Amino acid sequence: MKTMKNKITAVFKKFIDGDFDIEAKEIKVKPEIKSEHKEQSMKERYLIWHDNHGVHSFKTIYAGCSIFVCVTLAVILLYTVSYLPAYGNPLNPANNEVSDRYTEFGLEETGAVNTVAGMILDYRAFDTFGESAVLFVAASIVMMLLKKDEKKRSKHLEDHSRDPIIKHIAQVIVPCLLIFGVYLVLNGHLSPGGGFSGGAVMGAGLILYSSAFGYRKASKVITDKLLRNIVFVSFCFYAVAKGYSFFTGANHIPTGIPLGTAGNIISSGLILPLNIAVGLIVTCTMYSFYALFNKGEI
Amino acid sequence: MGPNLFTNYYETASMILFAIGFTTLFLQPNIIKKIIGFNIMDTAIYLFLGAKGYIAGGLAPIIVNGVTDPSVYINPIPSGLVLTGIVVSVSVTAVSLALAQRLYKRYNTLNIDEILLQVEKERA
Repeated sequence: MKTMKNKITAVFKKFIDGDFDIEAKEIKVKPEIKSEHKEQSMKERYLIWHDNHGVHSFKTIYAGCSIFVCVTLAVILLYTVSYLPAYGNPLNPANNEVSDRYTEFGLEETGAVNTVAGMILDYRAFDTFGESAVLFVAASIVMMLLKKDEKKRSKHLEDHSRDPIIKHIAQVIVPCLLIFGVYLVLNGHLSPGGGFSGGAVMGAGLILYSSAFGYRKASKVITDKLLRNIVFVSFCFYAVAKGYSFFTGANHIPTGIPLGTAGNIISSGLILPLNIAVGLIVTCTMYSFYALFNKGEI
Repeated sequence: MGPNLFTNYYETASMILFAIGFTTLFLQPNIIKKIIGFNIMDTAIYLFLGAKGYIAGGLAPIIVNGVTDPSVYINPIPSGLVLTGIVVSVSVTAVSLALAQRLYKRYNTLNIDEILLQVEKERA
């Protein structure tokens, strides 16, 4: 009796669940499989469509979206520019007391005729130290990424040293470039120029020398060790000369170096040596960029 | 729209340059061209800063004959900021070019879409 009751409840449960029909005894649960099969084919069809057209249509949508973003950005920027204060007006908010102070007392306090040099190498010298450090870190990263192992170095380097045109022109241009670079560095506090631009010019001269007279000849003079030592000594000098202002809370302690007559080459205290240090760092960094990108070694 | 769009023609030009560089960064699949677009954006910023520092009729901020009156010279601060910007942009360009060279050695192409497809294939 009990088993009969159990059977009936079991059948009733099945009926409630929907997978048992009293009349047809049983219904196959095929539709589910069918729908699953259909979904599979949809997925397959999507994958086929994706392989054939997906990248293409994605590219179209991407191009449309990026043009929309760029045009919107341009319109917003131009709209902002139209509300900016008028160009060249001395009463603009950008020309406030800070810049007045720099031009008014710069000569007296730093001894540099070039106000920009006085600003970046005296008032804001620690900032310039950070700038050189950025350049140094970039050179280190490039070295990590591109330096080759001893074994992998190619022995057949591309050498233009047999090209007579480059050689003869370089004979004339390289000394001029180097002298012009030295002039820019040494006159950084008197005229436009300074460590960064002079260093870039000198680095260009070294790169021209290396590519005109052959890599082997250049690497005899300019070695990896020499470049590293120059950069290290320049950095240490800069850090000792200007790092103290960081520890004294940016209070300028007088260095005791006389500022000299404004307009002479030897004047303006620490600005000239700092310019030379920055110029050496930039020269070595530029040359090592070239050597690393070209050959994977200095 | 404000009144100064054509008075500030340097700023207008720099913003158009910036948008051109941004579009290049988005639309070019070639990595080297993306880096060129980045450099165009940098140049636009230098032009903008230089234009902000200009004062009509002002001389370059190099003191002549001991005249230290600020109204004679242009504003020296944006010039210093442009110097900083140039150095940082050189560093960023060098690092990104080194990465591009490494990517080229690994995948033999500079097209970023093809590199992504190759990465996907390797993952599968």
